[in-house]
Amino acid sequence: MSTNALIKAVGLNRFYGEYHAVKNINLTLHKGEVLGLLGPNGAGKSSTMQMLTGNIAPSSGSIVINGIDLLEEPKLAKGQIGYLPEQPPVYRDMTAKEFLFYCTSLHNIPKDKAQKAVNVAIERCALETVVNKLIGNLSKGYQQRVGIAQAILHNPEVVILDEPTVGLDPIQITKIRDLIRELGKDHSVILSTHILPEVQAVCDRVQIINQGETVFSDTFSELAQRQTSNKIIIGFDNVLSELDLKVINTIENLRACEVLSNNRFQLTFNGSADTSSVYKLAVENSWSLNELTPQEETLEQIFMKLVHTDTTSPIGSVTAQKASQTEVIT
Amino acid sequence: MNKVLSIAFTEFKRMFNTPLAWSVLAVLQLVLALLFLMFIEEFITTIQPATATSANPPGVTSIVVAPVYLWAGVIMLAVMPIMTMRIFAEERMNKTLTLLLTSPLSSTQIVLGKYLGILFFIILIVALLGLMPLALTVGTTLDWGVILTSSIGLLLLLSSFAAAGLFLSSLTSQPIIAAVSTFGLLFFLVVLYMSGKSQGNSSEIFIYLSHFSHFLPFLEGVFDTSDLVYYLLFIVGFLVLTIRKLDNDRLLG
Repeated sequence: MSTNALIKAVGLNRFYGEYHAVKNINLTLHKGEVLGLLGPNGAGKSSTMQMLTGNIAPSSGSIVINGIDLLEEPKLAKGQIGYLPEQPPVYRDMTAKEFLFYCTSLHNIPKDKAQKAVNVAIERCALETVVNKLIGNLSKGYQQRVGIAQAILHNPEVVILDEPTVGLDPIQITKIRDLIRELGKDHSVILSTHILPEVQAVCDRVQIINQGETVFSDTFSELAQRQTSNKIIIGFDNVLSELDLKVINTIENLRACEVLSNNRFQLTFNGSADTSSVYKLAVENSWSLNELTPQEETLEQIFMKLVHTDTTSPIGSVTAQKASQTEVIT
Repeated sequence: MNKVLSIAFTEFKRMFNTPLAWSVLAVLQLVLALLFLMFIEEFITTIQPATATSANPPGVTSIVVAPVYLWAGVIMLAVMPIMTMRIFAEERMNKTLTLLLTSPLSSTQIVLGKYLGILFFIILIVALLGLMPLALTVGTTLDWGVILTSSIGLLLLLSSFAAAGLFLSSLTSQPIIAAVSTFGLLFFLVVLYMSGKSQGNSSEIFIYLSHFSHFLPFLEGVFDTSDLVYYLLFIVGFLVLTIRKLDNDRLLG
């Protein structure tokens, strides 16, 4: 892909003994992008993230972070990463402030700049009221935020967050999502979750992993284009006769007309759905149209289709291969 | 190096964030002080009157100070595993080790930092123990050479305990297992010494392998470099094993 890729992981594999947890995953992250890693429990999201952050070594494959090979120069490459694992790695017996200062020293931030770095992180994660409390006494949400503060403290190019909103109350979830969106402006973010709306809310691009394999990878803008779908549902107040049905079937490019109920139909087109001609037809025949709904393929539908079908089926493998191209998946 | 020191200081400080370090220091000091008092009592009431007239009477240093240091070493067989168990095992259990593994640090830096942290604690223990013979200067003159070598010997002995504990702590994610296995290993070395010294089948190798056989000369004021080398090899060996273990975790973990 392009040269400004911040993370470029190629052919990642990871075995736990005999168990093949991550199978040949490719992952690219560009500057200023928020990438959502989606997948059911045990799909290999966390393993992938642990590999990207150098916590575990891949069984095979290469990871290049901002032009530095993670496996060859781990110290240099790790300086570019901020990581929040599933459980925030915070010492419960330290205060939030002490902990953050300790983190600045681990990241080689010089003493004179440490104060500023800590202040910025505290401000961004809205920790002002709890800085002098023991982390062990903070609520889960605040601990999570201390974890995020730790991850962005050294102003890394890439921030990797593993299920950052798990176990938080709705208000805190919204706040953390806002924070992630804000981080996406000047950092690149990889976010793993199994909450679909979260991905839609904050991510630019989504990569779905199932059973260790990438089954889908696309940007939301392309997903939206793809969503000018080829299916619409139409409904009428009056019951349509056989003759009317024949008229409907004359619509250009119509592939199939499925009867859902007496007066509701699903039309499938070759290519994108032609709503205007349907509308025109209804007016010409004075059918009283009361529904005209384009059937969009939502992320949820894609996810369900990919994850709940057998991954060896053509759908899974075709999308995986053509994941980066704009191919229609049906 | 800065990062190593910063890990070490934080580790040291964090020990005192919980009551553990305080209670260990307090109990140690109390028990050793009682022992010290007992030895002094014995020296004043029985040994001194009996030997005062002889040509070369034994001094207070060899009668009182040496046994206290020996006892300190024995008690630390049980105490050190408790101090070292948490170093890696607790971090694993709480999943906080990720912080160090994600930071731009090598395994060597992590291990050295952690070890240096526990070393600060050991120095504190030896310094607090040193206050007891120091208190005797009010009433008598002391053999400072013996006190110095005893302190160095105790420092080396405890450092070797800590290195073994550090390694065993890196093997598990259960602090208590780390503590038990460390105690087992340390006590095994004591048993080696006892079996090597036993009447029937004494063994020079067993005696050499046990850490106490290298500690005793220090208490007599003998500073033998071969004893020093034994401790350094012991410490470096376990530190290298720990570093290897951390590196291996990334590959196999």
